[in-house]
Amino acid sequence: MTDATINISTATFKPGTSDAEIEAAAAKAAVNRRRTVLFWRLGILIVFLGSWELAGRMGWIDPFFYAMPSTIAGRLYEWMTEGTSEGPLWYHLFVTMEESVLGFVTGSVAGIIIGVALGRNRMAADIFSIYIKLINSIPRVVLAPIFIMILGLGLASKVALAFVMVFFVVFHNAFQGVREADRAMIANARILGASDWQLTRSVIVPSAMSWIFASLHVSFGFAIIGAIVGEFVGSRYGIGLLINIAKGSFDAAGMYAAIVIVMVVALGAEYLMTLAENRLAKWRPQPLHETQ
Amino acid sequence: MVEKTAPAIELINVSRRFLSPTGKSLTAIRDFTMTVERGEFVAVVGPTGCGKSTTLNLVTGLASPSAGEVRVMGAPVKGIDPRIGFVFQTDALFPWRTVIENVMAGPLFRGKPKAEAQASARDWLARVGLARFEQHYPHQLSGGMRKRVALAQTFINGPEILLMDEPFSALDVQTRVLMHEELLRLWSEAKASVVFVTHDLEEAIALADKVYVLTAGPATVKSVYTIELPRPRVVADIRYDQSFIDYSRTIWADLKEEVETSYARAAA
Repeated sequence: MTDATINISTATFKPGTSDAEIEAAAAKAAVNRRRTVLFWRLGILIVFLGSWELAGRMGWIDPFFYAMPSTIAGRLYEWMTEGTSEGPLWYHLFVTMEESVLGFVTGSVAGIIIGVALGRNRMAADIFSIYIKLINSIPRVVLAPIFIMILGLGLASKVALAFVMVFFVVFHNAFQGVREADRAMIANARILGASDWQLTRSVIVPSAMSWIFASLHVSFGFAIIGAIVGEFVGSRYGIGLLINIAKGSFDAAGMYAAIVIVMVVALGAEYLMTLAENRLAKWRPQPLHETQ
Repeated sequence: MVEKTAPAIELINVSRRFLSPTGKSLTAIRDFTMTVERGEFVAVVGPTGCGKSTTLNLVTGLASPSAGEVRVMGAPVKGIDPRIGFVFQTDALFPWRTVIENVMAGPLFRGKPKAEAQASARDWLARVGLARFEQHYPHQLSGGMRKRVALAQTFINGPEILLMDEPFSALDVQTRVLMHEELLRLWSEAKASVVFVTHDLEEAIALADKVYVLTAGPATVKSVYTIELPRPRVVADIRYDQSFIDYSRTIWADLKEEVETSYARAAA
């Protein structure tokens, strides 16, 4: 035996430190965490709605302007069961969703295509960037009456408004994503034999995808805003119209009810988007702790 | 038959200038002359930032010389040559593709049918010892494993010329020695001509037939050493060999001056 040899005795665990115990404790902590999050989410909602209701009933705020959760819920129930003064609620919701989805899809596809094209072509980017900045500086709401004047009260004007809301957000992210694509990765693909088109399709676009997805998350919300603002300014159907009519008749509960509908729809869309993103981005490293 | 007898790579009095963002002209390499014979393993060492990588970019056709001529297999370089493979210093794998999809990329880009590419990729993954990791994504692998994927990705195209830009500099020492063995084994099977750029002199001597020492930037060839260590070499043990130590001492004396010049310049 030389002095350099060190005897290592078999490890002994203190109680509560074996792998199984640590894993069980971590699993329990994760469940607890989820419960705590859920508890506080619900708690805050209940306290908020409760104090609103209370303030309305006690006369601290005027229910004529601020409505109350109970009257809003009542109005929603009435809309769902008996329909609105302008026809069934579901039809209005369908119209708004149709406009939002069409605007979202066309806007994001156009944003991605033009963003990638300009990102890949420096000359074109230099030429067009000034025009894109100019158009981007126009407040979108101002475009609503213009589109309605040109395209009429129907679907087309709302889709156009949703389109311009979505397009610039997606365009900017796609453009930036292309510019940020890793140079070594591009060189690698070219030496491996990729043509320009193969390079764009199988290297540039996938590497810009996380940027693009970041913009898609917010832009469905923007599409809904576009559709509703369009309806608000002039339309025959849609949630925006319901808000407009509620406003005209000083029906506070109706306005808030329409807002609630929009919130629920946007939340659902966000959820679907996250699902789609997780499916597409399964190559990305998962964080070691799960928060949701 | 010029094709048969011509060296794999010739750089003849090559210079390469860049424009800096402020519009000033910078010379990366100057009057650079180098010849790589077919099947030869050449290492290029020099101080950091002296323009070593630029020489490789000239051979790939990703960059073109400002003066002089670059010839590959006897013909001037025009665009990216399909006979060339390149292993990068940084991770250049596609992170959204699985290991096997990464290895298949080259053949698919070059228009091979998918089944053929897949079979060939399986074969190469087995050769680099990653058969079990086909369906993993790059982020799930260690640095050494990712480098092996990069080697498979490059070798699958059957390159006649292999350019390597400090490929193992990000790896830990033990992994690096394993990768050296792996590379020499693949090289001896593939019979490719290699240009291996590194700042690690011992790595250069252990691997190469010839070591080019470059001057501090703008880079030009300072001296060339022929390494006559017998092959096959065992990289892990060769560093204790007396002749290895002699080579190391001689070449370092030469390289040291350039490193000091470059260091002094950076400090100034």
